[in-house]
Amino acid sequence: MLFEFSDEHGELRRTVRDFFEKESDENRVRELMSSEQGFDPTCWGRMAEELGIVGLIVSEEHGGAGLGMVELAIVAEEMGRVLLCAPYLSSAVLATSVLEFAADEAAQKEILPKLASGEAIATLAFSEAANPWDFSAIAMTAEPKGDAFQLSGEKTYVLDGQIANEIIVVARVDGSLALFRVADDASGLSREALPPFDPTRRIAALRFKNTPASRISSGDLCCQLECALDRAIIALAAEQLGGAQRVLETTIDFAKTRFQFGRPIGSFQVIKHGCADMLVEVEFARSAVYNAAFSGDEDPQSVAVAAQMAKSYCSDAYLDIANRSIQIHGGMGFTWEHSAHLYYKRAKASEILFGTASYHRERMAALLGFGAR
Amino acid sequence: MNESELRERTRALLKEVNPDAKGDQRIPFRGAQFDRGLAWVSFPEGLGGLGLAPKLQTVVQDELHKGAKTYYEDMLVNPIGIGMGAAVVLAYGREEGKRELLRRMFTGEEIWCQLFSEPSAGSDLAGLATRAVRDGDDWVLNGQKTWTTLAHISKWGLLVARTNPDLPKHDGLSYFMLDMQAPGVEVRPLYQITGEAEFNEVFLNDVRIPQKHMLGEEGQGWKVAIATLMNERVALGGGASKKGGGPIAVLLELFENVEAKRSPAEEALLRDRIAKLYIEAELLRLTGIRAKAARDSNVVGPEGSVGKVAQAEIGKAIWECCADVLGPDALVYEHGYELRQGSTSSPNSRLHAKYTLLRSRAYSIEGGTSEIMRNILGERVLGLPGEPRVDKDVPWKEIRRS
Repeated sequence: MLFEFSDEHGELRRTVRDFFEKESDENRVRELMSSEQGFDPTCWGRMAEELGIVGLIVSEEHGGAGLGMVELAIVAEEMGRVLLCAPYLSSAVLATSVLEFAADEAAQKEILPKLASGEAIATLAFSEAANPWDFSAIAMTAEPKGDAFQLSGEKTYVLDGQIANEIIVVARVDGSLALFRVADDASGLSREALPPFDPTRRIAALRFKNTPASRISSGDLCCQLECALDRAIIALAAEQLGGAQRVLETTIDFAKTRFQFGRPIGSFQVIKHGCADMLVEVEFARSAVYNAAFSGDEDPQSVAVAAQMAKSYCSDAYLDIANRSIQIHGGMGFTWEHSAHLYYKRAKASEILFGTASYHRERMAALLGFGAR
Repeated sequence: MNESELRERTRALLKEVNPDAKGDQRIPFRGAQFDRGLAWVSFPEGLGGLGLAPKLQTVVQDELHKGAKTYYEDMLVNPIGIGMGAAVVLAYGREEGKRELLRRMFTGEEIWCQLFSEPSAGSDLAGLATRAVRDGDDWVLNGQKTWTTLAHISKWGLLVARTNPDLPKHDGLSYFMLDMQAPGVEVRPLYQITGEAEFNEVFLNDVRIPQKHMLGEEGQGWKVAIATLMNERVALGGGASKKGGGPIAVLLELFENVEAKRSPAEEALLRDRIAKLYIEAELLRLTGIRAKAARDSNVVGPEGSVGKVAQAEIGKAIWECCADVLGPDALVYEHGYELRQGSTSSPNSRLHAKYTLLRSRAYSIEGGTSEIMRNILGERVLGLPGEPRVDKDVPWKEIRRS
């Protein structure tokens, strides 16, 4: 039922929170964001083995936990709280969902167990610079070469594209969208890590020049890809919620203890009312995320609407909260030393990733047929 | 008494006293409902109840809905009386006459109103200035109350007055039930932004209230007032609305059906604004569902507190947007502004939107301004410190007033 969390859900949240509070505190985040790889493989291994959350939504037959969107939202929310630096959204959510929804059985059998166990990290290379978030705009076309195919062109804003060792590319065959698997050492493949605006999440450009690729799907995939992306944006919205909640908490603590003019600044209504507005935003964001997560069992149309709603609302809310947090912290909020900028960068990048708030509002409006006569 | 016995008892009432019989059955039917303890099942026996758990009231309402064509909605029969007065009369009223008072309240024979707000005391209710001075067995009242719904047809008013101006403001208040027909009570309609009067002003000139009509003790007025307002919240905090219902449905309907020539840029901006409002309206509804779920499992979370301020602001923004969808047509106000009592109902969504645009200006004021609600969120939910107060621990009469 809507918004009914079980005891198991509570237990999952506690376990994950305890783990991340130790393994992804601010010092660790700062270390990883300036490291070359951008994540900690040992921690990733523990997330897979001890917590079992790397294969959270991998089906049981492929070695995962086979859990659903509610569990995913809980885990993603906790990751967003601590700005976890790890290829979770790219590999454990987006690539995993695409493989589950759209790949041939053989490919699923081969790749998914390795993802669930943490042995491999996957990424979905689909975005092209001109119109990066819309599958229908994908122009890259695979050229048949013997039994296999060749890819040429560029994919960009590829999440964790620099470190992934399972590269799944979306390209066209006879106009239809299909999935291709590219070996990480394939000829003609070059990968360039892009300097990230948000150093806690890495992006790369992948260039292909007659790069051999094997097709791992059949038929036209547009719907399956949309469904997989909807899952990723729900997970991203959950991350945004977790981050927003954490920033609100930090800001409230500061407003209670920072004294100016002989009073805690939180006693001034101009600050207090801003905090109240942030609270409303966090609660609405929570409703949006949980609604999307709980609508996972419903028809794809309602999931899609709920996903667009969640992503657009959470993008605006997180960004607003991150902005207000910097302002309320005053000069301190603008320093490198304070964590406010880390959250701001994550908020801004998350707002833009997969499409801005207005982009998703328009998608929702189109799905609901606003103004149609 | 268990649930099925209660169900049986309600069915017996419907069988023996037919609410669907010819003529107005409201008073006889609701009188019988009261006598059988089905008015408020949580009240004591003899006072309209059966001493049962409050949640069992839904069993009665359920049977009444199912068993008869005529259903008398409590909040239409006597909103202030049943919504707020009943619990206060039960807790603080004198035993003598209590049964008759509650019974006539429940049947709607005696309508109740609430005399709290004053022209000089809105958000700062505890600063109110209506004076009650003891004279023998009576109190003599002088002052002015405002925003009093139903005052013109009420028999009783729930009233807070200052009985001791030498004490700090919260301590010098007492609570009364005022006979609205008493000499010196003058009710005048209060015309609002739409030209109509949903509310009244009530002038009190040397009005005598017998001591026995004090509810609670002298000086306990603030405590009883807070108890009343808590009941108001319960009364107003009804179920969540339907998906896509309410004001947002009107906006979408107008956007779909109003002919307008807009440039593509203007159309895109309006569409984005509507999409944003749709999302906010939907999240308000969902947050209401979360709040209800939390209440049902006895968890008090912040989700229950954000509704009032959010609803006010979103509601206002939706009606603003409706007028913008109507465009130049919103320059015409078919209802007119002639001063009149009552509230306007509209034959279609176009006229309804224009009227509600004006009416909704009060959403962020009535029942607690958005500023006060934000203070409550900041202080009670987030734990931020209060502002320094100049009116605490000072005799009321020394506090500066406008």
